[in-house]
Amino acid sequence: MRDYITFILNGEEQRVCDIAGDTTLLNWLRQFKTLTGSKEGCAEGDCGACTVVVAKPRQDGALVWRPVNACILFVGMLEGTSVTTVEGLSQSWAAPPEGLHPVQQAMVTHHGSQCGFCTPGFVMSLFAAWCNGTGLEADNIDDTLAGNLCRCTGYRPIVDAGLSLASSVVPDFEQRRRQREASLIAAIAHDDTVSLGDDRNQFVAPAKASEFATSYAQWPDVTIVSGATDVGLWVTKQNRLLPTMLWTGRVSGFDQIKIDAARLRIGPAVTHHRALEELAPRWPEIAETMRRFGSTQVRASGTVCGNIANGSPIGDLPPMLIALGAEVELTHGKASRRLPLEDFFVAYGQQDRAPGEFVSSLIVPSAPLPYLRCYKLSKRFDQDISAVMGAFTISHSDGVITAARFVFGGMAGVPQRAYNVEAFLCGKPLATASFANAARLLRDDFSPLTDMRGSAEYRTQAASNLILKYGLDICEGIKIRLAGPEAETSLATLSVAVPS
Amino acid sequence: MNGPLPTSQSLPGVTGIVHSRQSHDSAHKHVTGMAPYVDDIKTPNNTVVVLIGQSTHAHARIITMDLSDVISAPGVVRVMTAADIPGRNDCSPVHGDDPVFADKVVEYLGQSIFAIVAETMQAARDALAFAKVVYDPLPAILTIDQAMKEGSFLGPSATMASGDPDSAIATAKHSLTGRIEMGGQEHFYLEGQAALAVPGEDGDMNLFCSSQHPTEIQHKVADVLGTASHAVTVETRRMGGAFGGKESQGNLPAVTAALAAHLTGRPAKTVYDRDDDFMLTGKRHDMRIDYSVGFDSDGRIQAVIFDQALRCGMSWDLSEAIATRAMCHADNAYHIPHMRVISHRCKTHTQSNTAFRGFGGPQGMVGIERVIDAVAHHLDVDPLVVRQRNFYPHKDNEESALAHTHYGQTVSDSIIADITEQLVVSSDYHARRADIGVFNKANRWVKRGIALTPVKFGISFNTRFLNQAGALVLLYADGSIQLNHGGTEMGQGLNTKIAQIVAHEFGVDMGAVKITATNTGKVPNTSATAASSGADLNGMAALNAARTIKSRMVDYLATLHAVDSSNISFADGRVLIGTESLSFAEAAKAAYLGRVQLSATGFYATPKLHWDKDSGSGRPFYYFAYGAAVSEVAVDMLTGENRILRTDILHDAGRSLNPAIDLGQIEGGFVQGAGWLTTEELVWNDAGKLTTHAPSTYKIPACSDRPLIFNVALFDGENTEESVHRSKAVGEPPLMLGLSVLFALSHALGGVGSVAYPDLDAPATSERLLAAVARMGGPGIA
Repeated sequence: MRDYITFILNGEEQRVCDIAGDTTLLNWLRQFKTLTGSKEGCAEGDCGACTVVVAKPRQDGALVWRPVNACILFVGMLEGTSVTTVEGLSQSWAAPPEGLHPVQQAMVTHHGSQCGFCTPGFVMSLFAAWCNGTGLEADNIDDTLAGNLCRCTGYRPIVDAGLSLASSVVPDFEQRRRQREASLIAAIAHDDTVSLGDDRNQFVAPAKASEFATSYAQWPDVTIVSGATDVGLWVTKQNRLLPTMLWTGRVSGFDQIKIDAARLRIGPAVTHHRALEELAPRWPEIAETMRRFGSTQVRASGTVCGNIANGSPIGDLPPMLIALGAEVELTHGKASRRLPLEDFFVAYGQQDRAPGEFVSSLIVPSAPLPYLRCYKLSKRFDQDISAVMGAFTISHSDGVITAARFVFGGMAGVPQRAYNVEAFLCGKPLATASFANAARLLRDDFSPLTDMRGSAEYRTQAASNLILKYGLDICEGIKIRLAGPEAETSLATLSVAVPS
Repeated sequence: MNGPLPTSQSLPGVTGIVHSRQSHDSAHKHVTGMAPYVDDIKTPNNTVVVLIGQSTHAHARIITMDLSDVISAPGVVRVMTAADIPGRNDCSPVHGDDPVFADKVVEYLGQSIFAIVAETMQAARDALAFAKVVYDPLPAILTIDQAMKEGSFLGPSATMASGDPDSAIATAKHSLTGRIEMGGQEHFYLEGQAALAVPGEDGDMNLFCSSQHPTEIQHKVADVLGTASHAVTVETRRMGGAFGGKESQGNLPAVTAALAAHLTGRPAKTVYDRDDDFMLTGKRHDMRIDYSVGFDSDGRIQAVIFDQALRCGMSWDLSEAIATRAMCHADNAYHIPHMRVISHRCKTHTQSNTAFRGFGGPQGMVGIERVIDAVAHHLDVDPLVVRQRNFYPHKDNEESALAHTHYGQTVSDSIIADITEQLVVSSDYHARRADIGVFNKANRWVKRGIALTPVKFGISFNTRFLNQAGALVLLYADGSIQLNHGGTEMGQGLNTKIAQIVAHEFGVDMGAVKITATNTGKVPNTSATAASSGADLNGMAALNAARTIKSRMVDYLATLHAVDSSNISFADGRVLIGTESLSFAEAAKAAYLGRVQLSATGFYATPKLHWDKDSGSGRPFYYFAYGAAVSEVAVDMLTGENRILRTDILHDAGRSLNPAIDLGQIEGGFVQGAGWLTTEELVWNDAGKLTTHAPSTYKIPACSDRPLIFNVALFDGENTEESVHRSKAVGEPPLMLGLSVLFALSHALGGVGSVAYPDLDAPATSERLLAAVARMGGPGIA
């Protein structure tokens, strides 16, 4: 086991040891490296001012570049990667032979900065998209920038800067950088377990699944870290001391999605971004909702299994996954068990997970669900935690509903099915009125709370309306859209009577 | 896609650098991460950090405060309480009512009661948990309704009036009464409050602050340390956003850093993290406005009475001036002959609300725009008709000489009718409104709405003495120029504009002008960079300084070359002297060798202003800035979700000093205003704790919230007053263009088909919209 970590920073190899295991990349950059271009705007992964780009090889060996929030990323998570910060774009590492980097120049040309504090983060989000060759088009630039807040410009000039960068041509200086980056990463690759820490706390990154499981079974009090999009906040926001952290991200095989004819098996370190690549083509309905889950940065770090394991009552994924009939696999040492995901969530803050047991897989049946629909209601459209999340699916036979799954987040202490609604629907005709009538029973299923995201009244009313909305879609093909071409065509022909 | 922008090419008769599109002077540093903010400044190794300990009660007596375990915690250097202050325990901007550390009674949850001085922030955070404070809770007043009911005010209510509104309403053909409530707004500058204090010799203190008001920080630090202003120097190079939130709210971090530096003899830094920033600092005032209006069947408004109650929080801060501006903007762009505005300054046990872009003006305007909307609904006409019918007369109309506001100022520069007419055409308003009518009849589940709202915003500080500025221009013998002025750079491009003004005056390239940090040691007694006045005041002061140097050069060169001074001109980096020509650098060198003083201060005080605070009348504003926006929205009737489909803006920046920068102010201001009125919701719980204290819970607009189609153009005109190059202030006015979104949402709700008025409060969250849909008998599950 190595007690130091190795990664590339702006083209230079770094060996880091003897710092607290909970040191965030942002604090390390700003305090230890005096690289102050990356800014702290929130320390919770919401504003994006700290965005840096992390390059890693995919399974096929090709590099991918992910924008991440350095404020909630632990330094140990960088083992074997290549990090580029805003300073790196201006140095020989990434800069063109003369002048500013094209991404930086576009921001200047389009007047994309005013106060300039958010600007390094925007530059790095655009840089990641520019590297990956996707995310700079009119239909996806909002996703690219959803994790970066700007309070000055109103975004239009930044969007224009991004759109101006869309190009399939990779300049020579960038080709050379990528070759160099690939060789630098290859040169530091190894298979050892690593740890980083001091007398305050330790960050341990096992390399093998058996080692991970054994360690956790042996020391069930350690904190498992996956993407740190939640655990990172325990440190930055709650100032919690986590004496030992055990990271899933380096474990060989943990980042795999195994696919066979019947199911997808999602490993503990699979990020939302990676999962979305597999889920989206199978269930397009999930794609749009997952696209609004966190931000590009959060989806690049956060993991599906982590989202489940931490048992958030709101988490947008569980309702969708429960609707899909997903199962969770829990492992303790060498033993594993499986249970339906809905049974995993016992009560608020409580999951069916014994000491030493960890979420080792999420198993999703790959059957297509033509009647699956997902709805996410939040105060802001992008990058906001839901007030209400709904994922609904039915089966029917000859116009009679035979089965229904109506799963809600934000309505109870755990993601939960609306059993009264489901029971009512079974045996009813496949007609909007059935859903309108079923929706009235939602009040029997849930007594939601009032909090800063929405009142109990709003949650109940909106969740009921979502059931009607679902009925309109499934029964009459009415897709309620606020904008875009569908908004006109689907609504202009509307003739449905409101069910009484 | 944006509308045409006036450029120097399209403005006849204008050459040179002013009126041209120039990038922000720090743009290349912003994009490379090389623009330092306070927390980026390299500090000596012995620098300590300051963490403020906050009250956990909204209103309570402090019985005991035991910090002994804090002091003994590892890495803690010392703690600071009220007893450690050598001077005055106050950091308020005006009224002396903001203690640095509350020592007997706490008046909001989050209030500063002590501070930890530590080697590292981790040590300070770890130690914070060891503070033992015992409180005796007192009843807390949290809301406007509670304050109004219990008579909790900071001072007497104020009134502004014209004509006889009571009789006019009584005799009007129609009358209406109503109420609108609007929430506050967190500034959410991306850079939190930050100050670094470095002790000097003889007890001097040097500070680097993220502040709109270095002079006030100089004064407050001197007060707290019990020293004179000359011992304190404050420097501000740039802020990572401010929006009014760093006018007075930078005082506490600065004085705590200075106090720590004073007590330890070490450099000290106070930097708020995001949650502390939310909990400690004031926000935009939330407001409740009751109205009565009398009008005729044509929609002509005879009289309005407004009762404005604003939540000031636990102390005055700048609330008196903010309340006054809210009163002064209760007319917006409408000439209402009979009007009375009453203002109640509610004291609550919450953060002390403060300046925020618009400074009360936006709240006042929401009141009158709501009245217009309600009147139009009552008469079943397009609100635009009511708006146009009540506009102040056009500046070229002789009636404008008689058009007085309710505070007695003549509105002689109105171009709102022109702007509106042009915008109605360019936005295709009438056809789109007709289309929306058809759409809403055909669609049950989505309703659309459109609204045009105007802006007339008074430019100048209401407080007369603040309308002054100074500058210092240094011309070196190589022809390079160092520029300093009293304004601060917060992203608005002030330094760029003033460099343009100075470069233009000397006829040199902007590259010849070095912009330097604002520093109380260079230009003293400055006003806050606020009230949109930065370029107007400091630009004029810099222009005056440049003119002083230039005229000395002209006098000298005229004598030297025996030409009349009228034959000397500065252009294209050269000085033309009769038939001869010198490079600007040669001319500077010649003047230096001729022993001509090449440095000058410049000063400016806005003319024509007078204001009688007691009667609430006078001419508080040098001129008005105008603009208008048309927004179209769509609302999901089952969820309240909504989207801005299109916004068209035509805005008056006078003869713009820099159309690129002004465009940025307009677009950004609009989006910020729209955010205030839609998704930005501050929530306090019953204990008075702000529960929305980070971006995870407080939602400013994100990228996808900007209008899907966004057409923004500058109105082609110039200031009728002699402002700097006939430009107009542009910082605050565009924020109020965001009102078009609120009233477009109101229009969309009207599409439900009910005869009831939507009575929409702000922020119009999805939740509020869905509740309105339900009230109006919309299509959801009953």
